Amino acid sequence: MVDFHGWSMPINYGSQITEHNEVRESCGIFDVSHMTILDFHGEDSELFIRKLIANDVKKLKQNFEGLYSAMLNDNGGVIDDLIAYRLESGYRLVVNCATRGEDLKWISTKVKDYEVEMIERDDLSMVAIQGPKSSEVLSKCPAPIVRALESKKKQQGVFGNNMFATKTGYTGEIGFEVILPHDQAINLWKNAVEAGAAPIGLGARDTLRLEAGMNLYGFEMNESISPYECNMSWTVDLKDEKRSFFGKESLLKQASEEQHQELVGLILEDRTILRQGQKLQFESSADLEGIVTSGTYSPTLKKPIALARIPKTTEQICFAEVRGKKVFAKIGTPRFIKEGQFIFKEKT
Amino acid sequence: MSITNEIRYLASHEWGRIDDEGILTVGISDHAQDLLGDIVFVELPDIGKTLEAEEESAIVESVKAASDVYSPLSGEVIEVNEKLLDEPEIVNDSPYEEGWFFKIRLDGSSEFENLMTEEEYTNSCEE
Repeated sequence: MVDFHGWSMPINYGSQITEHNEVRESCGIFDVSHMTILDFHGEDSELFIRKLIANDVKKLKQNFEGLYSAMLNDNGGVIDDLIAYRLESGYRLVVNCATRGEDLKWISTKVKDYEVEMIERDDLSMVAIQGPKSSEVLSKCPAPIVRALESKKKQQGVFGNNMFATKTGYTGEIGFEVILPHDQAINLWKNAVEAGAAPIGLGARDTLRLEAGMNLYGFEMNESISPYECNMSWTVDLKDEKRSFFGKESLLKQASEEQHQELVGLILEDRTILRQGQKLQFESSADLEGIVTSGTYSPTLKKPIALARIPKTTEQICFAEVRGKKVFAKIGTPRFIKEGQFIFKEKT
Repeated sequence: MSITNEIRYLASHEWGRIDDEGILTVGISDHAQDLLGDIVFVELPDIGKTLEAEEESAIVESVKAASDVYSPLSGEVIEVNEKLLDEPEIVNDSPYEEGWFFKIRLDGSSEFENLMTEEEYTNSCEE
């Protein structure tokens, strides 16, 4: 068990690699109650959320549907990444635990100008059930909500019996996340484990999200990184020209300039893991330098992989010096595995 | 004089087991493999290399971190456990038997008896 920003959490319940493989091949269950849940109600709630985040909640067509977004500061740097859900009245944001303090500080100062009430839902737990067999596991749990979820598409959700269930996740596999009162969470956990879900710790949560090419706050992004530099361009919605959001002006300026850095994926054939902060170099462009944002051993590929922020370049290979040895890596898309399949594309 | 098959330790979690021909087999402790978590890569020293006592001699990399493995005593590397290159998880499964790293022929410049006993090592882990 480790202290994770005030929460006592397991890195692994047994073997991290076994847990990782359970999720890719079968079904795993995660206690992610450390995530911060914020509800926004009141007549200005839509107006406020559209101002607060870079993606546009206007495009959420259904209640309980969610979208991924960045919350930016005035310089266009990422304060946090989050999922925004439409509620029957109002919106729900699920933000990171590590950034809770900074987020609350930022949102509290901004919300004052609106007819909006913000409520932190520390009365709720959050459980993720992920993997190719997650539907099968959920169907064995005595919760009628599950049947309603069956017909839903990715990112959509349902609400009933105090359970807020959505087809979302942080693993690259099909799966569900359920937000519910603590006592019901314990029951869901017990039922899911009985139905075959393996408990998964923080260690495998990290290797799964890395293989899936999903960002982790403080690694791929921070307050001085623009969404354009961390593979989040697709979450910035500029379609509605009349909509203003924090950081927009700065982003528009950046968009008209040349982007200098991008997030890429790396695969190594050497038996060396590149860790966060590792400097990257290029053989034929000695003046360029990149940095590893996250690196791990990929249990699915059985090779070291990494996410890295590098200057825009035509180079297809980069190298790092680790313990006095030159280690080479292939550069490609910042995603490796989706629903069990290898999807990494090498740079050509 | 040597005591056959006795295991002694370094505070940095390596163990050495001596045989009656003065060959020391080296590995990492159960406590160390537990701290490291799943081990994914192992780098071993070259055969013929002379190691000093407490010199960096191998590398063990787990999902969490890479760590140096120090040689408990000085001597020449005479054998390495190449099985670990393809199946590093053996170190997790059997740290004291199948999961040994390398063997050295002691040159007598450092004393086995100066290494930590099981009890001393266990106490140092609890501190």
